[in-house]
Parts: sequence; C-alpha cells; structure tokens
Amino acid sequence: MGAQSRLGLILLLTPLVLWLSLLIIIPHIDMLLVSLRERVGVGEYQTSLANYLAFLTEPLYLWTFLRTALMSVLATALTLLIAFPVSYYIAKIAKGRMQSALFLLCLVPFWVSELVRTFGWMILLRETGVFSSLLQWMGLVDGPVEMLYNDVAMMVGLVYTSMLFMVVPLVTTLESLDDSIIEAGYDLGGSGPSILREIVIPHAMPGIVSGCIVVFMLSLGNYLTPTMLGGKESLWFTELIYSQFIVRFNWELGAAFGFMLLLLSSFIVWAVLRLTGQTLEKTMG
Amino acid sequence: MIPSIQQPRAVRLAYSAYVALFFVYLALPLAVVSVFAFNDSQFPSLPWEGFTWNWFFGEERPMIGVFHERPILRSIGTSAFVGLCVSLLSVAVGTCNAFLFNRHQFRLRGLLYILMLLPLVIPGIVLGISILVFSSTAANGFEDGLGWDIEALRPGLMLVILGQFSFITTIATLVIAARLRKFDESLEEAALNLGAGHLTAVRTVTLPFLAPAMIGAFVVAFLMSFENFNTTLMLVGSDAPLTITMFDRLKEGSTPVLNAVSLLLMIGSSLLALVMIAFQKKN
Repeated sequence: MGAQSRLGLILLLTPLVLWLSLLIIIPHIDMLLVSLRERVGVGEYQTSLANYLAFLTEPLYLWTFLRTALMSVLATALTLLIAFPVSYYIAKIAKGRMQSALFLLCLVPFWVSELVRTFGWMILLRETGVFSSLLQWMGLVDGPVEMLYNDVAMMVGLVYTSMLFMVVPLVTTLESLDDSIIEAGYDLGGSGPSILREIVIPHAMPGIVSGCIVVFMLSLGNYLTPTMLGGKESLWFTELIYSQFIVRFNWELGAAFGFMLLLLSSFIVWAVLRLTGQTLEKTMG
Repeated sequence: MIPSIQQPRAVRLAYSAYVALFFVYLALPLAVVSVFAFNDSQFPSLPWEGFTWNWFFGEERPMIGVFHERPILRSIGTSAFVGLCVSLLSVAVGTCNAFLFNRHQFRLRGLLYILMLLPLVIPGIVLGISILVFSSTAANGFEDGLGWDIEALRPGLMLVILGQFSFITTIATLVIAARLRKFDESLEEAALNLGAGHLTAVRTVTLPFLAPAMIGAFVVAFLMSFENFNTTLMLVGSDAPLTITMFDRLKEGSTPVLNAVSLLLMIGSSLLALVMIAFQKKN
C-alpha cells in the first residue's frame, strides 16, 4: 500500500509540477532576467537596471502606470457601489423563480466575448451611434455628439466588463446571511444604515474582498476596453507593454513593464488581503 | 431591508427601479449588437435602412454574409480547435490536481496550493509575455545549442493553447475539487471491499460521480478559451482565433458582418450554457 500510494502521489504531482514550473514559474523568472539586461551591441547584452531606470525617468511611462492604477481602483469602487444594491436585491429581496432568473440574467452578458460587449458600447456611444441619434431626435442637441474615446466611456466599459465578477461573490455571501439576524438588528432598535454597517457589510466582507481583487486585476490587465473606448489621452499601461513587445520589438523594456504591472497587482492583492485579514486560499479557493 | 420588515412604498419603488435600470444597462450593448446585424446598411449604426438577412447569407459584395466570409469561418474553426485542446488538457490536469489536493498529504502541499491559485491573480497580458519570452529563449537555446529549429516554440497556435491552458487549469481544478470534496469516500472503500482494485474503484465509482463537474469545467474552459483575448494577443502567430480576427476588423472600421458574428456567438454560448444547466439538473 505504501509504495503504491507513493507512486500515485508522484503520478498526480507530475502534471501539476510541469504545469506550474514550465508555464508559470520559469517564464516569470526568465522575464525578470530579460528585464534586467541591456542591449549594448548586436546580440550583446549586459546586466543592468537600465530598463527600470528608463521606466522611472520617462514621465510618460510613470504617469501611465500611476494613472492605470488609480483608474483601476476607481473602476473597482464604482463596480462595487453599483453591484452591491443589485446583489442584495437578488440575494435577500427577490424570492424563488424570480431570484434564479435575475441571477441568471446577470450571468448572460458574460457568456459572450468581451469584444462583443465592447463593440456594443461603441455602437451606442459613437458619433453616429444610438445615443447621439436619440439626443438629436429628441431635439436636445443640434449636431452629432461624440461620446466615445474619452475616460468616461472607458470607465463605463470597464465597469460593465467586470460586473459579473463582483455580483457572483456578493450574491453568494449575502445569501448565507440569515434574515433573522437582520430582524434582530431591527428589534434591537437599529436603523437601516446602522444595520447595513454593523451586520450586512461585515458578513459580506469575504465576498467584497474577492470581488474587488478580481475586478481590480481585470481592470489593470485590460487591453481591449481602453484601446477601443478610451481616447488618445487615456493610455493604459497594457498598451505600453503591447507596443514595446509587438511594435517596437524592445522586449527588454517590455519585460520590465510587465514586471512592474505584476508587482503592482501582487502588491495590491497582498495589501487588500492583509488589511481585511483574509487569505488567498479562502477568497479564491 | 428585507421583505419581512416594512419599508415606505417610495423606497421600495426606487429600489426596484434601480435594479430594473441595472438590467437595462446589462442588456443594452448586447441588444444593439444583435439588432444592427439585420440593418440593410454598410455601417452598424442608425439610420435604420430596413431588415435584411444579407449579413448572414449574402453572397455578393458589398454585402458578404458570415457564412460566405472565408477568413471569419476559418478563424471560428481555429478558435474551436484551440478551445477543444485547452479544455481537454485543463480538465485532465485539473482532475489530477483535484485528487492530489483532496487525497494526499505531503510536504509543500500548502505552498503548491497557493502556487496553483496564482494564475488567477496574474494579469493575462503578463502571462502572455512571460510565456512568449521563455519560449523564445528556449527556441533560441535549442537552435544555438543543438541546431534544432522548433517551430512550435515560436508564436502560433501551440503557444496560444499553452498560454490559455496556463490559467484555465486553475479554474478547472477549483470546479472539480469542489465536487470531489462532497464525495463520500466510504463508497470507494465499499468497492475495494468488494474486490475491486484501486484504479477500478476510481474509474467505476469516483469518476462517474465527478462527471458533471468535469463536463461543467470542460464547457467553462471552452468558453473562456473561445473568448480569451489578452493572453492570446501576445502569443498569436499567423492563424488568428476569432477574437483576434474580429479585433483587427474592428480597428479598421466595422461592418454589420461583425454584428452577425457576434449574434451567432451569443446564440452559440447560450445554447452551450443551457445544455450544461440541463445536464446538471438531470444529475
């Protein structure tokens, strides 16, 4: 039995170890190494921090990095604010058939590709789009209005794209909150806001944390929405990575950018988990 | 604020109105994409020029429908192929992982579990470039050291499949492990008592129990692969999957063909979702 179980363990470990080492760990180490070298001649490299210095000294790079981080935080906060009342409604107020129907309706848009969703917003917002035509028809404006290619349009798209990843964990945690605890809160003289603050939000915290982490990650790493909906001013950090890799073919700088993005996202995930006393196993697994 | 506690009528109405508005927000982009697939015009925008099926079945310029548009049909095929490979691989590895973490205690188990979750918190584009960088290092190494030119390590379908597999496996593992946790191990012991070998017991008792989760993980993996954009963008070669083809078209300016493709995608994935739900109800 001992030898057999040991063999089983090794057989089961092999795919896991191959997957994690060949596709996750070694590629990231390699990316770090590439980001730490500087091209000094044709095919000649030396180890240096030049790429990271370039990142820190070129205002466009640093500015884009900070802007992407702040906008992602904003997108996460907006998603939470919009999703919370809806999730509460689905989990606590809607009953039976209605409840499952509403929940399913929340999932539907996410069975289709992000590209299709972005395309939908382009049709709605652009100069010849549905909203512009509607406003003209109603006589509110004289000529076509361009609503695409700015930060607001991008934010609408980002929030839309990540909504599901907030609604699902919120509904799941809120559903497990017993109604009688809320009733007890009212019996003890609590008001709506105080019950929300003292009972509902603390109970929903694991859901809030996991939703926020996923939404933040998705916004930070998004390429499609900022490219298609954002304007010239709303440059996203992923667009810089893409242009270094594919357009300029400067892999060293691109790898450094990739590493900065990875550091930022890991730091935020770690900080949020730390601040709220959650662990990665609990929120994701 | 729960049904058993009375609230003023105005508050309840405002709340319901907010929820209704939210669902309009969710539905609006998909609705316009679908509607403009039938507009008899060169552009997916107003004014409405009349109803047409041409963007699906049209055979002549300027209105070539989806079903006669070679590049799009080919990229749908590519996406389906990539999706199948990714789903098969990730369900297989996911099942192994589920058994490993559920049944075995070993050193570094906690560390490996956290590593297993990591791909979920790595931005897709970073996963893409790290695999791109490593595979090209490996390819150059093979070429310089051994004189082998390994085409599979250059950007192309193989890398796309590996890149998507690298994070979809985590999801497959979580889905399958959740079901395995509910399994009553005494059933397997009963099979052993009745004289079955270990593998026979797992094959005839445990795997059938896991089947719904494995099929669920397969469908989810397929859909995630089909619509993946970020990782694919960095690893794609000359055979582009559908999302990349559509992205290139969209950058050039769109015609309602894209609306037609999108509508077909929506129908396809809803059907897949319905099949999955029906299947899981049956079990």
